[in-house]
Amino acid sequence: MIFDYETMRLIWWALLGALLIGFAITGGFDLGVAILLPFLGKNDTERRVIINTVGATWEGNQVWFVTAGGALFAAWPMAYSVAFSGFYFALLLTLFALFLRPVGFDYRSKLPSPIWRRNWDIALFVGGLVPALIFGVAFGNLLKGVPFYFDNEMRIFYTGSFWALLNPFSLAAGLVSLCMLIMHGAVFLQVKTVGDINQRCKTVVTLFTIITLVIFALAGFWVSAIDGYQISSAILPNAVSNPLAKTVTNAAGLWLANYGRCPVLWVIPALAFVTGITTVLLSKLDRPGLAFISSSLTLATIILTAGVSMFPFLIPSSSEMNSSLTVWDASSSLATLKIMFWVTLIFLPIVLSYTTWAFRVMRGKITLEYIHQNDHTTY
Amino acid sequence: MISESMVDLSRWQFAATSLYHFLFVPLTLGLSFLLAIMESTYVMTGKEIYKDMTQFWGKLFGINFALGVLTGLTMEFQFGMNWSYFSHYVGDIFGAPLAIEGLMAFFLEATFVGLFFFGWDKLGKGQHLLVTWLVALGTNLSALWILVANGWMQNPVGAEFNYETMRMELSSFGALLFNPAAQVKFVHTVAAGYTTASAFVLGISAYYMLKGRDAAFAQRSYTIAAGFGLAAILSVIVLGDESGYTDGEVQKAKLAAIEAEWHTEEAPASFTAIGIPDQELMETRYAVKIPWILGLIGTRSVDTPITGLTEILEKNRLRVRNGIHAYAALQLLRAGHKDENTIAEFEHYKQDLGYGLLLKRYTEKVVDATDQQIELAAKSSLPRVVPLFWTFRVMVACGFIMLAIFIFAVIASSIRKCRQNWLLRASLYMIPLPWLACEMGWFVAEFGRQPWTIAEILPTFLSVSSLTELDLYLSLAGYIGLYTLFLIIEMFLMIKFIKLGPSSLHKGRYHFEIATGASL
Ligand code: HDD
Ligand code: HEM
Ligand code: HEM
Repeated sequence: MIFDYETMRLIWWALLGALLIGFAITGGFDLGVAILLPFLGKNDTERRVIINTVGATWEGNQVWFVTAGGALFAAWPMAYSVAFSGFYFALLLTLFALFLRPVGFDYRSKLPSPIWRRNWDIALFVGGLVPALIFGVAFGNLLKGVPFYFDNEMRIFYTGSFWALLNPFSLAAGLVSLCMLIMHGAVFLQVKTVGDINQRCKTVVTLFTIITLVIFALAGFWVSAIDGYQISSAILPNAVSNPLAKTVTNAAGLWLANYGRCPVLWVIPALAFVTGITTVLLSKLDRPGLAFISSSLTLATIILTAGVSMFPFLIPSSSEMNSSLTVWDASSSLATLKIMFWVTLIFLPIVLSYTTWAFRVMRGKITLEYIHQNDHTTY
Repeated sequence: MISESMVDLSRWQFAATSLYHFLFVPLTLGLSFLLAIMESTYVMTGKEIYKDMTQFWGKLFGINFALGVLTGLTMEFQFGMNWSYFSHYVGDIFGAPLAIEGLMAFFLEATFVGLFFFGWDKLGKGQHLLVTWLVALGTNLSALWILVANGWMQNPVGAEFNYETMRMELSSFGALLFNPAAQVKFVHTVAAGYTTASAFVLGISAYYMLKGRDAAFAQRSYTIAAGFGLAAILSVIVLGDESGYTDGEVQKAKLAAIEAEWHTEEAPASFTAIGIPDQELMETRYAVKIPWILGLIGTRSVDTPITGLTEILEKNRLRVRNGIHAYAALQLLRAGHKDENTIAEFEHYKQDLGYGLLLKRYTEKVVDATDQQIELAAKSSLPRVVPLFWTFRVMVACGFIMLAIFIFAVIASSIRKCRQNWLLRASLYMIPLPWLACEMGWFVAEFGRQPWTIAEILPTFLSVSSLTELDLYLSLAGYIGLYTLFLIIEMFLMIKFIKLGPSSLHKGRYHFEIATGASL
């Protein structure tokens, strides 16, 4: 098989998307479940039920995120450097919140003290809330454009501030991501529980699906008003990765240009609404397994909607537009993209198969009795 | 303009967070293997006590593992957050092993660690054993890939500079993977992990024996740890082969600095066991020398000389001057003058470009560097001898002390008399030594690479992100605060469960359960 640079870059754009969607679907319900913990668990045993729905698998789920980070580094090193150093405090905050999860899950039920457990419950809640919100805020800021530029030696300079990240549009994007993960977490909890908690989940699913879809729709209209970006010089998909070689312009509504060029793409956001509604219906009809598939599709299509509207931009620059990073000029060398492609082609299916096996082993509902019987081994 | 204090703060932050990560890593690496061995014994003999051992040491494993994951996340983020020029400059090569580590190793260990804890009743005996072995495999694969990345920083093979993208690009994946520096590191580091876990299990088992508690449980654990530990410490010491020092000036300079080898000696070189090195005068006072040994350790031969620092400095002065030519040609190329002459000039000097970049610390205008600045840059290319000399000796001393104790422990447990109190006490007090040795080892490896992040290619000074000092103070304060808090919590839980011992499993057959009759 012969892969040219253009094809490899497209494949890596898709693979990065796949890893992010993989994280949203698996790691996403952990985050959602952690956010719901203080609200749906009315006493210690109920809260333990909730924690143990994800206890055995959250760790593997989080690796989707770690691997997406690694893949970004390997395939799009410039995007990795710009995003991580530019969003310095946002990432620091995310990181500190993520810290609370391994210790929260593992240490919480090791001691019987109610104060000890109460504090870890709060820690788990924060560890779910902050990343869920910030991931969306970061996406929102990508759409708005990030204030950075390169000098002639490709050193990155960032001219924004942490507070500038919290602009209204990006906060709306943050809310979309927060609410959709709460929805997804609630669907998962419905799958894994019985009785009271199971019933409470249904209300949450309905409420948060609706909120998600409403803000998503509003953000969609909003996007037509904010500045989108476009490459204005010739596009050279096979050229070396030099972001300074092109020119870029911006104008309101350009983020919808891809949809204009290729109207069939409207199917993606449309599917987000359709699957959102089926999620609610299936949840109401007590078919949580199917609802879970449906809500996974909702997440995937919402993320894809943003990805497609930005294509081929990865990180547009608002302060010096020509420094923007795109799929055509921010990738690794062809050799690295190829090697990483083969590695992924071999290992991703292996990962998927043992992950599926692990979920199968841990299938079944978590009940109050289960917690009582396994008092000393469960979280 | 990059400020010195920004660079220092970034280095402090990286050093602190990575040394902290490596407090938890070696125990994970080794204990996962010990758990697999204990469980294999359980499956083969069918004796419940081995299952209890797997579960109890597994509990301690879990407490440690949580912090390993927590601190690992920092490492993954930090390259981009604080070392963004580094990430841009070498991401094409360096990112690959990191991504592969995620796909191949982290998924494996993280998925199966869940089943290890929650799968006891859901899996067959054989299946659960497989899960445990897969966790051990995953942790060790993760060490392999991260050390491939780190080995490449010490000895950057299989890569070429591309002036159009202004970064290093991969030219041979095979060279990256089979880098001798990485292989040596991998063997030494995982063996250090096995040693750490063995010392941990040995010491705690000794504690139970000293207290006269849970004798059968403690003795079996002691025996397994002693055997595995002896094999491990021998590997650390013997297999710590130093073939990684054959390439590159930086590794040679590191070796010379560790040994305070100021001038090239006739082969085979002697080993300075102890002395007081003086960087200014470039000599070691009160040196106690043992003939031949250094030549043997450093080159595995009696006729290859070890290059001394004076000779390396001599060479590096020249390389800095060549680096200026490389830098000047690069400036022209970046400005678009891609004529044949410039390209030829650049190709001719480009292996010294890194040495030219060393000047950036002393002047913005590399091309007009004064003789004095060139001298400063050349001097800065040598590592500082005193810290390396001493930390290395602390590591080696720890190694030999542990070797002695493991030998006695194996003898004592094979003649069924491990109850000599002095040996038990020595085993208990030995617990901190492997951690000390590991931290010293990383210091030697990383500080000895200075002033480079990528040996001979990218100076540390240039690798940082364009952040402010305030940014760094804030993040450093955050890390220190949170890490201290987590360490206190972890130690508290660890000690609590160690004191409880296997009684914490609530099987009804261990010390506190029998003594009090009540469940705890
Ligand atoms: C020699 C071994 C070794 C070394 C040098 C490092 N690590 Fe590590 N790391 C491990 C060995 C390990 C491990 C044994 O696999 C850990 C420790 C405890 C654990 O849970 O896995 C781990 C955990 C761990 C995790 C969490 C994985 C998860 O979510 O399950 C990440 C993201 C990293 N590490 C990343 C890094 C980076 C970027 C490093 C380089 C600076 C690094 N580690 C140095
Ligand atoms: C967990 C084990 C590790 C420990 C304990 C460790 C230790 C250290 C120390 C002490 C420093 C500071 C040196 C100085 O500034 O004087 C440092 C720097 C650094 N190390 Fe490591 N290191 C580890 C693993 C790694 C790995 C695996 C990599 C790369 C894959 C790496 C990359 C770096 C980088 C980029 C710096 C910053 C630049 C510098 O100051 O040299 N380290 N490390
Ligand atoms: C007793 C003889 C020992 C010798 C001769 C020895 C030698 C070395 C050397 C030369 C390095 C630097 C490698 C580099 O340049 O990158 C190193 C690093 C290291 N050592 Fe040792 N060591 C010994 C014992 C130990 C012990 C007992 C431990 C821990 C239990 C240990 C743990 C480490 C670690 C974790 C590193 C950093 C990783 C690496 O670079 O491989 N060492 N050792």
